[in-house]
Amino acid sequence: MMEEKEDNNTQGSEYWATNAEQGGWSLSSTDEGSQKMDLEESSEELEIQMGKEVLDDYLEGEEMTSEDERMIVNMGPQHPSTHGVLRLQVELEGEIVRRVKPIIGYLHTGMEKTGESLTYSQGCTNTTRMDYLAPFFNELVFSLTTEKLLNIQVPDRAKQIRILMTELNRVTSHLVALATGGMDIGAISMMIFGFRERELILNFFEKTTGLRMNHNYIRPGGVAADLPDGWENDVQEILEEIPKKLKDYDQMLLDNPIWNGRLRNVGILTTQECFDLGITGPSLRASGYEWDLRKVQPYSGIEKFNFDIPTLEDSDVFSRWRIKVLEIHESLKIIKQAMETMPKGDYRIDDKKVTPPPRKRLDESMEALIHHFKLFTEGFKVPEGEAYVAVESPRGELGCYIVSDGSSTPYKMHIRAPSFCNLQALPVIMSNSPIADAVASIASLDPVIGDVDR
Amino acid sequence: MIDEQIVNIPIDELHSKVSELKSEGYEMLIDLTVVDWYRKRDDRFELVVNLLSLSRNKRTRILSTISNEKLECKSLTDIFPGANFFEREAFDMYGVIFSGHPDLTRILMPDDWVGHPLRKDFGLGKIPVQFKNAPKV
Repeated sequence: MMEEKEDNNTQGSEYWATNAEQGGWSLSSTDEGSQKMDLEESSEELEIQMGKEVLDDYLEGEEMTSEDERMIVNMGPQHPSTHGVLRLQVELEGEIVRRVKPIIGYLHTGMEKTGESLTYSQGCTNTTRMDYLAPFFNELVFSLTTEKLLNIQVPDRAKQIRILMTELNRVTSHLVALATGGMDIGAISMMIFGFRERELILNFFEKTTGLRMNHNYIRPGGVAADLPDGWENDVQEILEEIPKKLKDYDQMLLDNPIWNGRLRNVGILTTQECFDLGITGPSLRASGYEWDLRKVQPYSGIEKFNFDIPTLEDSDVFSRWRIKVLEIHESLKIIKQAMETMPKGDYRIDDKKVTPPPRKRLDESMEALIHHFKLFTEGFKVPEGEAYVAVESPRGELGCYIVSDGSSTPYKMHIRAPSFCNLQALPVIMSNSPIADAVASIASLDPVIGDVDR
Repeated sequence: MIDEQIVNIPIDELHSKVSELKSEGYEMLIDLTVVDWYRKRDDRFELVVNLLSLSRNKRTRILSTISNEKLECKSLTDIFPGANFFEREAFDMYGVIFSGHPDLTRILMPDDWVGHPLRKDFGLGKIPVQFKNAPKV
């Protein structure tokens, strides 16, 4: 007994870093691998080292542990990587996630109920607060639905301003998705970069609408104000700056072995799963299915613009990250065309029942004063009926369903929120994979809790 | 421009109609919600189901009235698993029961909440809000 112990001790001091458990005592190898560099490395080995080929580290098929070794852990609601107040109940088996249940409602403020007591002209102030990273889309979908019920057509300039603003908004929203997604995985510089570039566009939003978020700029009947003087210079600056920065991101992340290792083959969401769970937007396109409402069911005159829909085949977290970068490029194309072909004319519809009269008319015209008073106290009446309109928000199909009973407030206002529906994919993409990948999976779906809970 | 059709069917046939439409190429259940026609119609609740066909680029909206005596309808989760959250929301907000749903619990409101907030007889401001240092009325 004593001899053995002494033996171990001497061995331990002599060979401190060897593969002792296998019983092999090789002086040339350490736990960190061979110290000798291979004379020639095969291309396959090189790809693994570069992170291009990632071996899936799923641990399925290993022998199951007993029930009492499983534990249920709460992640959130206050957790930086849950993008707000999302709570996940996670059943862990060692480091493997076996079951996930998303629990939502921590940001529920009853916006659909509030929407039933606000007039149609006030409605946009309400809907814009739902998806706070893409407020223009919420305003747009509410305005489009109201206009469908009113059966009016807004002027061309208003349509084009709407496209310009929403596509700029898509860029900011995707930049936040890249930034927070990067931060969750550990690329802190990506977080700083994404928010820095977003600021450039937010400054333009502030100049145009007066606010950085929750603009209430797109309204039924057009937009709230015309574009400011010299707006072309600001947009031109955005169009020059953002592609340069996107190039920087690519240099930093695209061939980065850690980035590739963390994202590739993680969180697979196939096209069939997307169909079954009703998942639209970048996640569907990253699974190889080309579907974009801007092409197939165009709204607000977007069919005039020349752009492509990027699709990727891998359907993993990496493709869902990559597709957002590619979509920013396509949005910039639309912004450029919208800037160059901006039509002249009125920025809101010339309909006294919907559009308030200009301020200076109030002093001279009694009729204008009455219209102004009626619009801001009672609002305009919308004929009876129901309508559903959908637009392609940065997260998928954003729909608005309004039932009107002929009064000036919606009888029912329902928002089909893409984040709400997309959250259903979390159990699919998180279960039976390591807990370390969970955060990457959440970030890839890019949920906005304001949109989930409404 | 957008190929959209609206179908009115009785609630008993909803489940079979949806599965029939799915086999016709409607791949996605996009939206499910309820409209409360309180004191406007005899049967109060109307279920609205939005289906989308990606392969044929069509939309279908199915409206069906739920009878007052039995606020119940067959769950669509066995056809479209994505109906899960929408049905939970409809149950939470309107109190419509979806039989056969795997986990019909409140989704947005707290578990111990009484009432269904989006019903028309659930008044706005029914719950008093407490403010610090506010004068007592």
